Amino acid sequence: MTMPSLAIPRPVHPTGVWGWVTTIDHKRIGILYGVTAFVLFVIGGVEALVMRAQLVQAELDVVSPEMFNQLFTMHGTTMIFLAIMPMGAAFFNYVIPLQIGARDVAFPRLNAFSYWTFLAGAIMLNGSWFLGGAPNAGWFGYAPITGAAYNPGHGIDFWIMSLQILGIASLAAAFNFIVTILNMRAPGMTLMRMPLFTWMTLITAFLLVLAFPVITVALIELMFDRFFGTNFFVPGAGANPILWQHLFWVFGHPEVYILILPAMGIVSEVLPTFSKKPLFGYPVVVLSGLIIGFMGWMVWSHHMFTVGLGPIANSVFTITTMAIAVPTGIKIFNWLGTMWKGSITFSTPMLFSLGFITVFTIGGISGVMHSQAASDAQQQDTYFIVAHIHYVLFGGSIFALIAGIYYWFPKFTGRMYDELGGKITFWLVFAGMNLTFFPMHFTGLDGMPRRIYTYDSAMGWEFWNLTSTAGAALLAVGIAALIYNVVSGWVRGKQAPGDPWDARTLEWSMSSPPPEYNFAEIPTVTEVDDWWASKRRKDAAPVIAGASEDEGHSIHLPQPSYWPLVVSVGLLIGGYGLIYHYAVAAIGLAVSMVGVYAWSFEPVNDPDEGSGH
Amino acid sequence: MPKLKRRHLIALPALASLAVLASCTPSNPQSTFDALGPVAESQLLLFQVIFWAGVVVFVIVMAALIYISVRYRAREGDGDPEQIHGHKGMEIGWSIAPAVVLLIVAPWTIYTIFANENSPLPPEEGGLVVEATGHQWWFEFRYKVQDRVSEEVVTANELHIPVGEPVNVDLVSKDVIHSFWVPKLAGKVDMVPNNDNGLWMQADEAGVYAGQCAEFCGVSHANMRFTVIAQPPDEFDAWLREQAAPAAEPTEATPLIRLGHDVFVTRFGRETPADEDVQGAGCNACHRIEGTSARGTSGPDLTHFASRATFAAGSMDNTAEYLRSWLHSPEEMKPGNVMSRDGEVFNSPTGLTEVQISALIAFLRSLE
Repeated sequence: MTMPSLAIPRPVHPTGVWGWVTTIDHKRIGILYGVTAFVLFVIGGVEALVMRAQLVQAELDVVSPEMFNQLFTMHGTTMIFLAIMPMGAAFFNYVIPLQIGARDVAFPRLNAFSYWTFLAGAIMLNGSWFLGGAPNAGWFGYAPITGAAYNPGHGIDFWIMSLQILGIASLAAAFNFIVTILNMRAPGMTLMRMPLFTWMTLITAFLLVLAFPVITVALIELMFDRFFGTNFFVPGAGANPILWQHLFWVFGHPEVYILILPAMGIVSEVLPTFSKKPLFGYPVVVLSGLIIGFMGWMVWSHHMFTVGLGPIANSVFTITTMAIAVPTGIKIFNWLGTMWKGSITFSTPMLFSLGFITVFTIGGISGVMHSQAASDAQQQDTYFIVAHIHYVLFGGSIFALIAGIYYWFPKFTGRMYDELGGKITFWLVFAGMNLTFFPMHFTGLDGMPRRIYTYDSAMGWEFWNLTSTAGAALLAVGIAALIYNVVSGWVRGKQAPGDPWDARTLEWSMSSPPPEYNFAEIPTVTEVDDWWASKRRKDAAPVIAGASEDEGHSIHLPQPSYWPLVVSVGLLIGGYGLIYHYAVAAIGLAVSMVGVYAWSFEPVNDPDEGSGH
Repeated sequence: MPKLKRRHLIALPALASLAVLASCTPSNPQSTFDALGPVAESQLLLFQVIFWAGVVVFVIVMAALIYISVRYRAREGDGDPEQIHGHKGMEIGWSIAPAVVLLIVAPWTIYTIFANENSPLPPEEGGLVVEATGHQWWFEFRYKVQDRVSEEVVTANELHIPVGEPVNVDLVSKDVIHSFWVPKLAGKVDMVPNNDNGLWMQADEAGVYAGQCAEFCGVSHANMRFTVIAQPPDEFDAWLREQAAPAAEPTEATPLIRLGHDVFVTRFGRETPADEDVQGAGCNACHRIEGTSARGTSGPDLTHFASRATFAAGSMDNTAEYLRSWLHSPEEMKPGNVMSRDGEVFNSPTGLTEVQISALIAFLRSLE
């Protein structure tokens, strides 16, 4: 080595908090992602509850109009970028290497960097509450209301910086998972033998890589408008504010599939396991996922049907949007086919998956309803759309993510949750979700626009708003039950076996929780659902890895590292610097550069192994 | 557990359809179920077709889900079920079936899109045109000189139209994006700065229709409302003539009305000609009243203020009582409004005095 003197030794077998801070183990990072995202999910939920309190009756004054605008902006941004996306990332992290027979992801330190950068983005966004006010222009931030002329405070600046930082985290994670899935599969696991969740993650990662640069460009332009006085979105200088809408939705619609495809992947794992049958029409389900991912790029203007793009554009986007219902329908029918002639057990993950199919079908149908540009003119920007988005993102994404939490709970924690508690949780959440969001279809069709902080009692919207708020309270009870169920299971649940569900994919072929090295011996895969098949092969019963303590000592694993965290902290400092003072931005950049440099020259191996590599 | 599940799921569509019936409340002012013009009617019809098609799809999926859940639930002593990997015929069937349904609907929706785009009575053929401008947070309506409008008329938050006749509305914004929406007459179209948008609509019955801004536009987005007043053509023409005339000089103006006029048009802080103890409020900097020296353009035109049923972007009834509260503390009535933000008098420690308010109310209510 020519430059050993530059290298700072890696942390050696850290424990406790320090162990978590320096970890690059995909399983620990997955847990960090999951717990952080869940906390942010609860924060976003509390924001929603305050809004429901404000709207429970006409002409209330629970919060000020300005506060209400901050609440709905933060609720949307938080749920999409800080709750659903990172919860998906939590599952990618924990499950993907296990499902493809790998010992870690391709770039473990980059993986840690993704998590810390996501946390930096979350801090940047939520810190705005304490630094003069949160962003207040909606999660879609339409120009020109985000411009300095109409929004002089720092709220929008925090929103821009936070989304840029989160974009870096998402891009790093997406590249990592593309490389991991394509390069680190166990021998014999061809693409068409990959578990469905891995497939949907791969598609999602490609969508992330392609979609985030678009919003990045839009945010840079907005940032230049606000910081340096450019005129990308300033109508007074001749700008066309529709540019923002195109850029935002070219990102924003694929983003919807970034939120729903992992959910579809989870459901495609749970249904076969609890039906004891392979996924019906595996290649068709994979193909429909690819088609959804591809067509997600052709429908963005259905968010803009009332902008005045003209009848030809509206007709084209009506057709493409309706067309995307076909592969979505194919998935639903194949899930039903999976259960058909099966032997179905209604455990909690299965209940949430069935809830997903039910509620997501409603959301899909209401989606087809407002794919019709002509009649959508009556629904656009009303509570009908609020109902739709929550049927697909709560009833869709969140239901599937909760199904995933229960499904992999024994694997993550090594313990079993309480089944009765899980079922009670499902019915509370299911009832609460429908009671909250179904009435919003009616308030929307009754002419209630979105994002209004108050309404006149003469409008006749009070009854259904009251119902929605009651539903939101029930839903909050359901989420509280979920938290209790998960925490109590984690703390004092009974020991989980390696394969409690008689499942089908490789993550169940090891102890729960898995040993640090995942696989004592990398498996060789011969078919789809290889683990299920190998359990039923007559010749040899498979060995559950991690069953004995002394296994795996000779396995080389990447060592912990400080530097991903340092780079992320630099980004956070830099973000604040761009808002407050460029000298601070320079410090942030310097910190990140030091981190990148040290990261690059970090010794590859444990110092105590004495190998210079 | 399966039994409980089954009952719940069977009850669900029943409850949902009951709720749907209960929710069809056409009497509500902004209900889209009470379409009273051809555009809204065509949109409602299209929605209903898709809605019932959606109900059929939902019932099929749910029936299959419930049947399969009950029929194939795990039983004691079940072995592994047959490992079926798929079925080509079924895949082809459920790929084609939804596509066929959509192909049937598509021509209809495209027909409706084009039909609603083109006004049956465009301006070139003598159709009435109104320019609607969105402001934070109120609507301005301008009837430029054309076939049936001999003198330009500008009003705020109340759009008068002749009944039974297609009206063309040009949509303009002077600041951020707003959206023009009268649910009973037509779906919304956005008002986007630097973009010329428009729609046409027609009211089949005389009456007052509620409208509201539908695109988030800032603090008082919720308070940005307006009404459409559809009148028989002769009444409409009479209304236009009245509006075109300057504010009637109150022939027997009381001293209070005269004082109100002076408060209105005298710069903030200067004493008024009518009473040296009362100072001007400088309302004329932003508001125009035809026939007086008030020529401001950034706020609503108040020439015929007393003829309007509401004020403050349709959010308040035009009564002396509401007017008093409004002039006393506009920020409370309509948060963020430009008048309380930029109006000098509202930024002064005293605001408007009781005397000024009483005089202004008397003056404004004389502007028939």
